Amino acid sequence: MFDDLPLFPEAASSVARDVDQLYWFLIAVTGAATMLVIVLLITFAIKYRRTPDNEVPDHEPENKYLEYAWIVIPFIVFMVIYVWGAQLYFRMNRPPDDALEVWATGKRWMWKFQHIGGQQEINELHVPLGRPVKLIMASEDVIHSFYAPAMRVKRDVLPSRYTTLWFEPIKAGRYHLFCAEYCGTEHSKMIGSVIVLPEPEYQAWLAGGTAASPLEEGERLYTALACNTCHAAEGPSARGPSLNGLFGTEVRLRSGQNVIADENYLRESILNPGAKIVAGYDAIMPSFQGQVDEQQLIYLLTYIKSLGVTGGAAGQPEAGSTLARPESGAAVAGPAARAAATQAPDTEGRP
Amino acid sequence: MTVQAHPDSSHEEHHPRLQHHFETMEQQHEASQLGMWLFLVTEILFFGALFLAYAFYRWLYYDAFIAASHHQNILLGGINTAVLIFSSLTVAMSVYYSQTNRRKGLIVMLILTMVLGLAFLGIKAVEYHEHFEHHLFPGPNFQLPDAPGLAAQAQMFYVLYFFMTGLHAFHMIIGLGIYTWLLIRAMKGEFSSVYYAPIEIGGLYWHFVDIVWIFLFPMLYLIGRHY
Amino acid sequence: MTTAVLDPNHPLESPRKNYLNREYGVLSWLLTRDHKRIAILYIVSITLMFFVGGLFAVLMRLELLTPQGDLMTSDTYNKMFTLHGVVMIFFFLIPGIPAVLGNFLLPIQIGAKDLAFPRLNLLSWYLFMIGAIGTFVVVMLGGLDTGWTFYTPYSTQYSNTHVTLVTLGAFITGFSSILTGLNFMVTVHRMRAPGLTWFRMPLFIWALYGTSIIQILATPVLAIALLLLAAERVLRVGIFDPSIGGDPVLYQHLFWFYSHPAVYIMILPAMGVVSEVIAAFSRKRVFGYTFVAYSSLGIALLGFLVWAHHMFVAGISVYSALIFSFLSMFVAVPSAIKVFNWTFTLYKGSVSFQTPMLYALGFIGLFAIGGVTGLFLAALGLDIHVHDTYFIVAHFHYVMVGGVVMAYFAGIHFWWPKITGRMYPEWWGRLAALIVFLGFNLAFFPQFLLGYLGMPRRYHVYVPEFQVLNVMSSAGASVLGVGYLLPLVYFIWSLKFGPKAGPNPWGAVGLEWTIASPPPTENFHETPAVRWEAYDYNAFEEAQRDRAGTP
Repeated sequence: MFDDLPLFPEAASSVARDVDQLYWFLIAVTGAATMLVIVLLITFAIKYRRTPDNEVPDHEPENKYLEYAWIVIPFIVFMVIYVWGAQLYFRMNRPPDDALEVWATGKRWMWKFQHIGGQQEINELHVPLGRPVKLIMASEDVIHSFYAPAMRVKRDVLPSRYTTLWFEPIKAGRYHLFCAEYCGTEHSKMIGSVIVLPEPEYQAWLAGGTAASPLEEGERLYTALACNTCHAAEGPSARGPSLNGLFGTEVRLRSGQNVIADENYLRESILNPGAKIVAGYDAIMPSFQGQVDEQQLIYLLTYIKSLGVTGGAAGQPEAGSTLARPESGAAVAGPAARAAATQAPDTEGRP
Repeated sequence: MTVQAHPDSSHEEHHPRLQHHFETMEQQHEASQLGMWLFLVTEILFFGALFLAYAFYRWLYYDAFIAASHHQNILLGGINTAVLIFSSLTVAMSVYYSQTNRRKGLIVMLILTMVLGLAFLGIKAVEYHEHFEHHLFPGPNFQLPDAPGLAAQAQMFYVLYFFMTGLHAFHMIIGLGIYTWLLIRAMKGEFSSVYYAPIEIGGLYWHFVDIVWIFLFPMLYLIGRHY
Repeated sequence: MTTAVLDPNHPLESPRKNYLNREYGVLSWLLTRDHKRIAILYIVSITLMFFVGGLFAVLMRLELLTPQGDLMTSDTYNKMFTLHGVVMIFFFLIPGIPAVLGNFLLPIQIGAKDLAFPRLNLLSWYLFMIGAIGTFVVVMLGGLDTGWTFYTPYSTQYSNTHVTLVTLGAFITGFSSILTGLNFMVTVHRMRAPGLTWFRMPLFIWALYGTSIIQILATPVLAIALLLLAAERVLRVGIFDPSIGGDPVLYQHLFWFYSHPAVYIMILPAMGVVSEVIAAFSRKRVFGYTFVAYSSLGIALLGFLVWAHHMFVAGISVYSALIFSFLSMFVAVPSAIKVFNWTFTLYKGSVSFQTPMLYALGFIGLFAIGGVTGLFLAALGLDIHVHDTYFIVAHFHYVMVGGVVMAYFAGIHFWWPKITGRMYPEWWGRLAALIVFLGFNLAFFPQFLLGYLGMPRRYHVYVPEFQVLNVMSSAGASVLGVGYLLPLVYFIWSLKFGPKAGPNPWGAVGLEWTIASPPPTENFHETPAVRWEAYDYNAFEEAQRDRAGTP
């Protein structure tokens, strides 16, 4: 019986309990206020009902203090709610630095996930128990919204830029994943699962899938699209700035503005290169809109993020000294170096 | 408050233009004036949303907006600005003439205003034609030969340009309609120093459309041209 | 009960000629400039829209009885909720109380013969009808599937339905709304009867005044957003198009800059009606009159500063979310002021429980719930979870249906004798009010639970564990449907068979109760002079006695 009528969603992420606490607090406070109003209404209505000797009541003077009371007291309560809700929101928007990055793409009507190690999934997202996971999301068409009720997280997925979301699963299991922003005919079927696995099982799952590494794919694309002809690895050329170690740094634009080179900056610079011109360069880069899809963007960004951040990894980009093939060094670098390269941006990328 | 209900309204002879639900001509006049002012408030927000969009994208795509505005014809835009400012004068004169019972002057000013309005639209049409010729109309044929890398965002400029000036031109056309109607009524001799509210509120509308242009001209033609 | 209040010796016998029977024929209605007749035109058209919108809702609730979606295809379902939203919001809730009750009562309550611009008023109705007919045409042509919010880029690039036509229809209807607001504002400013100072005005007028401010300031922004959307759809390039660097979220900003204040366009007049009804059936001045009056203006102004609270998960920056959440907490205060003041109006009053009062009391309870659940949504951390779920659906139905529709029914019952000259059957009225209240709660309370469980809105098929609550909701919806059909029947019945109402069947105060029911075309034979404060029962009755005494 109770199985048919769940009244409360599972709490499977580190913030879920905090969200629920705020929820209960709000129910208690607003429930009490609403009950107060209803009880007063009923009491007054019965006590002062119309009777023959109470046809027209006497004039009742206004009471300013009462008015101030129900202006000030609710306002104080509202401010408590505000502060509580705001600090929670702030926390839910600050991914931890060590979060595991997963790329997510919304497309009518499915979810695609690209793990950093190469695994790809559709409508299923496997995540390890007890480790924060950060999703970097974009849409191929309309606006979607990633919603995992058990994690209490939701974020719109836009066609124009990346949005991010993070959660830390604290309970293994299979949970609902919904699209929460109406996206057309099959909106209600754009659903899937978030599968939380304990670390050993997660590692086993990771080992199971064999897919091309996004880093290698990105490297290949970088050459195939001839990005390297202008954005050479060893330093800025006359045509384009170097992308070496670019990710996470501040870029000065021709208009005088400074921007942080994050995922959205890289994405925009590929799709709409005219939007932000780096100081000292001309707007000569053609747009790659329509030429690279979301998946390829993920590859390219993974690769660009890895450039020049290897630290001890034997000067990966510097190794290739010719202008045409700067990646040759990277190509021979072992998987360990590559893994380090992909994890590193998170720790130092955020200012 | 005692019954101070319009003590002298019974003595005043009923003006033929006084509508049945108003007590006095003055009340009627004030009502129509306030009505037009409120309508203009609506209009400000109508254009305001576009100005916001313009500011937002200009801030995002500064370089492209500069490059795009280089393709504007300042001469024609400047002439049009002068035309509209002059028409504001004729509008103000028309109100003055109606207030002072000078019917001929009123008619001349109304006609002059309309001529200036038509001139504005004509020049605007020439400009639009130029833009079409130069492939500056947003869409698949859009080209920005001097800065192809900025074409996409320059297209955004031209979307806003055509939308804003188009909407403005549409307001001019409505204004011309209003002035045609005013002209017919003026020729019938309906306006006088007692009843000139339509001339006045028509004038308010025309001035407003002028002022919108006074904002559009620098935004779309002038600023950032020489950086 | 009702006949007891009728006073056969009342000095104001119903005259033979009134606004209803002064002229006959279709043209006398379609070309009328009488605000009362225009109100009747609106009643007819809005009632039609209400039941059309209701029909879509019934079909949706039927579909949601089962999780699989066996009754209709996803496309049909999407069109159902879209049209339900478009029809109910643009063609019932927004025009509802202002265009019907406001049109009828605003001039009368301030002692004027008509609105300032009678022709403009008629034009408003025609604009409304053009939009409404356009929407019907779209239904005939195959509907619309974007949701009433028309979010880009779905609406501009992906939907294959008649988006352009509907947005243009909404655009035109928007002008109907703007012109009505403009008309009301000018009328309140320039046409009040002598002695009727601002703080002697009925609270309904204050509410309509606040509404008009919003209509004038917010509607044009929606109009331009919809125009931009339509242009982008037609030209295939526009300012929301990501391929030229456009930002779809900008559309959401423009949309909600109107559509959040639009919520107050709907609820403010409802609050005005409730103030009137509570005062009349407690026979007391509304407690804290000045505070209630100012709170209307407060809502109207603060309502402009909170739009982005619809976008907390849409990718706006954390800091703007913090600001908009903060401001949203502010806007809750004036609503709280109103609720407490209404409650205390009953204190030491003379409370009677006729149908309008039942609806008004129901309004206070349901609006209170709708209001406090708004706090759940304004609290940022919590909103992330409940945004775009059934929690929101339940919240705004508590405000829109539990609030606005209840108040509309309260107002229609309250002023029905004034509008038609006839009483509705009281027993049936009370029964319907009870059915509506119970049905409403059964239909929408389960949706709060569904929402917190995580069921997203606009879902055609859903996971099986949500079924029980959905069945409860559908059951409530059918009860609610019966509750809405009853008044339709007995109101029509009462036009012919209802007992004749005197000028003041409720023993209420206010200028509208000093004239015959139905009123004569010019409302007042001579402009009244107001010498009493709002809702001052003693002074009002004295004034009426004086007036009766002097021939």
